Amino acid sequence: MPNKIFKNWWEKVKSNYFQEFILLIVLLVLGTVFSILTDTFLTIPNMLNVLLQISIIAILGFGVTIIIISAGIDLSLGSVMALVGMGTAAILTSSVPSIPLSIMGGLLIGGAVGFVNGINVAYIHLPAFIATLAMMSIARGIALVVTNAIPIYNLPESFLFLGSGFIWGIPTPIYVMLALFFILDFILRSTKFGRYTYAIGGNEEATRLSGINTNRYKLLVYIVGGICTGVAGILFTARLGSGQPTAGVGYELDAITAAILGGTALFGGSGNLIGTLIGAFVMGVINNGQALLNISSYVQYIVKGIIVIIAVGVSTFRYLSGK
Amino acid sequence: MDNDNILVMKNISKNFPGVKALDKVDFFVQKGEIHGLMGENGAGKSTLIKILVGAYTPERGGEIWFKGNLIQNNSPILSKKLGISTIYQEFNLIPQLTVGENIFLHDYPIRRGLVDWKKLYRESKRFLYEVGCDIDPSLKVKNLSVAQQQMVEITSIISQNAELIIMDEPTAPLTKREIDILFNLIHHLKKRGITIIYISHNIGEVLTLADRITVLRDGKVVNCLTAKDLDQYKLIELMVGRTFENTFPPRHGKPKNEIILSVKNISDGHKLKNISFNLRKGEVLGLAGLVGSGRTELLRAIYGADPGISGEIKLNGKLIRIASPKEAKQNGIGLLPENRKEEGLIPLMTVQQNICLAAIDKVQHFGLVSNKKETRLAKNFVTKLDIKTPSLAQLVVRLSGGNQQKVVLAKWLAEGTPIIMLDEPTRGIDVGAKYDIYVLIDQLTLEGISIILITSELPELLALSDRILVMHDGRVNGEFENEQFETKKIMACAFGTIKNGGDMSES
Repeated sequence: MPNKIFKNWWEKVKSNYFQEFILLIVLLVLGTVFSILTDTFLTIPNMLNVLLQISIIAILGFGVTIIIISAGIDLSLGSVMALVGMGTAAILTSSVPSIPLSIMGGLLIGGAVGFVNGINVAYIHLPAFIATLAMMSIARGIALVVTNAIPIYNLPESFLFLGSGFIWGIPTPIYVMLALFFILDFILRSTKFGRYTYAIGGNEEATRLSGINTNRYKLLVYIVGGICTGVAGILFTARLGSGQPTAGVGYELDAITAAILGGTALFGGSGNLIGTLIGAFVMGVINNGQALLNISSYVQYIVKGIIVIIAVGVSTFRYLSGK
Repeated sequence: MDNDNILVMKNISKNFPGVKALDKVDFFVQKGEIHGLMGENGAGKSTLIKILVGAYTPERGGEIWFKGNLIQNNSPILSKKLGISTIYQEFNLIPQLTVGENIFLHDYPIRRGLVDWKKLYRESKRFLYEVGCDIDPSLKVKNLSVAQQQMVEITSIISQNAELIIMDEPTAPLTKREIDILFNLIHHLKKRGITIIYISHNIGEVLTLADRITVLRDGKVVNCLTAKDLDQYKLIELMVGRTFENTFPPRHGKPKNEIILSVKNISDGHKLKNISFNLRKGEVLGLAGLVGSGRTELLRAIYGADPGISGEIKLNGKLIRIASPKEAKQNGIGLLPENRKEEGLIPLMTVQQNICLAAIDKVQHFGLVSNKKETRLAKNFVTKLDIKTPSLAQLVVRLSGGNQQKVVLAKWLAEGTPIIMLDEPTRGIDVGAKYDIYVLIDQLTLEGISIILITSELPELLALSDRILVMHDGRVNGEFENEQFETKKIMACAFGTIKNGGDMSES
């Protein structure tokens, strides 16, 4: 009997969560290696440190996962994050330095940029790659122009708590990351919006011909993605302690990598947030372990690339050979 | 006796996890014959062909002999090299290139290190001529009709010295007239000594075309017979394994007098020209016409699927505006689109999710999708339509064509629209599933649902419709009530040789 239960469980894992399963094995192997080679790797403070370091990438990753599930892409994340940071910092150093207002402002900027991306993709029918590539440039430009390329310092201490504070010994960004994970995962699983996101990514025309306003939902997808970027931008600014117009370069690629590692298919229609979360964690572990081993950060880039090829390659190979 | 067999497949078995797709199949094809390969979906036709071309490896003990030689380590490249080629439903052509370039794609003629364009076009013209089609090789493939593209594909294969050509449902995208041209071409190829394996669901086609027919059922060869010794009933019996008294079920529903949908002067400024008609409650209104006559466009226009439509649509006497599929759905109109794979299904979603896609508002609970309600709704229709699936959580892409089509239908039944438009609901599905859909159409009209039906199989249209509109060149060119159905007249209207009630002398 237990054998049968195990078999059923394994069937389910194999068909629905294979990529996550591979990732967990990768994680296990890496974890073992790092634990043997260093004394510091497998300690609670270090694990919390890893989680803290991945929180921003994971949050960006959640947003971009939803966008990729809808068969879109967002390359503007990194720049928009900088723009959000500048906006938030600007409000905090203005004549009304209210923290709630600055957070609202940051989310609004993220959402607004997502809205523009969504309009371009859903209604003007620009390819998502082009629309968000252009936005990557525009958002960075605005962040630089508005502030004259000068970072904004002297943010209030209470705001910095969001990025570098602790609650019950755990860094604040980890709470935000987990909260956002549960909310978005629930939305994706249990709402009409979530269902339609998968449907649009799986077959947009069939979805439209099922009497669904696909354009509206695509727009919504980008707005949700933009809000995630807003959250990430606020946390990032609070961690840095300043608004940096040049912040976040290349973050979009890390976020997309986390999603892909987690099993989200680039052509849309499948994927989930738990995969992205694990994906981001694996990336964090790789960076952290190598840092502990004093491996040069240049080498770390190479290792990261190789891990992506292996982890995604295994499941692609399985997919093709299963055909 | 096996001496003139060009192909011998012996003791071929293929197991997939949980399924025995082929079980010790012996398949013989004689040189120069047209050999029909028939069977319901899932009978093992495609698996057998995939093994033949080397896409699948058979289980141990299976042998393939081609022209007297045992094929070892078969692969798609090897089989093609040996002279075995397949015409699939999707063509292997590159639309942006010219006909000549496509024909020689495998091996451009080279002169001094550069492509010898002169030779390429001269040779492709010669090949086209040999195959018997008159297409300018310098045209771009994307500008050709589907039928012409198919000919280019065939020509390309011939130019690569194919001796055995497998055709998989080659007539599915063609009009009646184009089918005739294709048949001529096939006979032409036969005369040149080329052997053809012809796979089709269309029993009539196979019977007229094939010399011999092999029937597969549940992965086994039922029989291999000379086509002359068969008729359609015998063939169906062999395929299904039970006798079919009637190909079509009796029609019970009767349309009421009440007009539910009234369409007036629908135009799209392009193909559709001032189309008007009424649909009665509980009626099956058949649309006849050639491919390209605007039938699909008409349904899409009513459904709001394409922009730029003018005209009036009245629902129960009330003028409505339909600018999008969403508004059509809200007004109670559903559409089963022509291509179920591209327009009907979300392949990566489960059977349950596909069935509930249009009706998602019905399975919500406090604004959230309720799994319980969804399961109940989907289960209901899986039972009602006899959809064969191991579970509701099965990905819809894994189902057979007939069951996929039933899922698309279930999507609209779940939503419960009083008007359902069916565009080629039985295309490419097996006899059993077809029959189920016929019964279902009748049953739906009994429930008061009104149906507009497009099908290119005329007998089907005649048997199911209460009334038939014939379209020609974007216009309604004839209308027939059930008692006056006459194949000849309907076809003549479709070809545009007569108008409704016009006498046949013109044709």
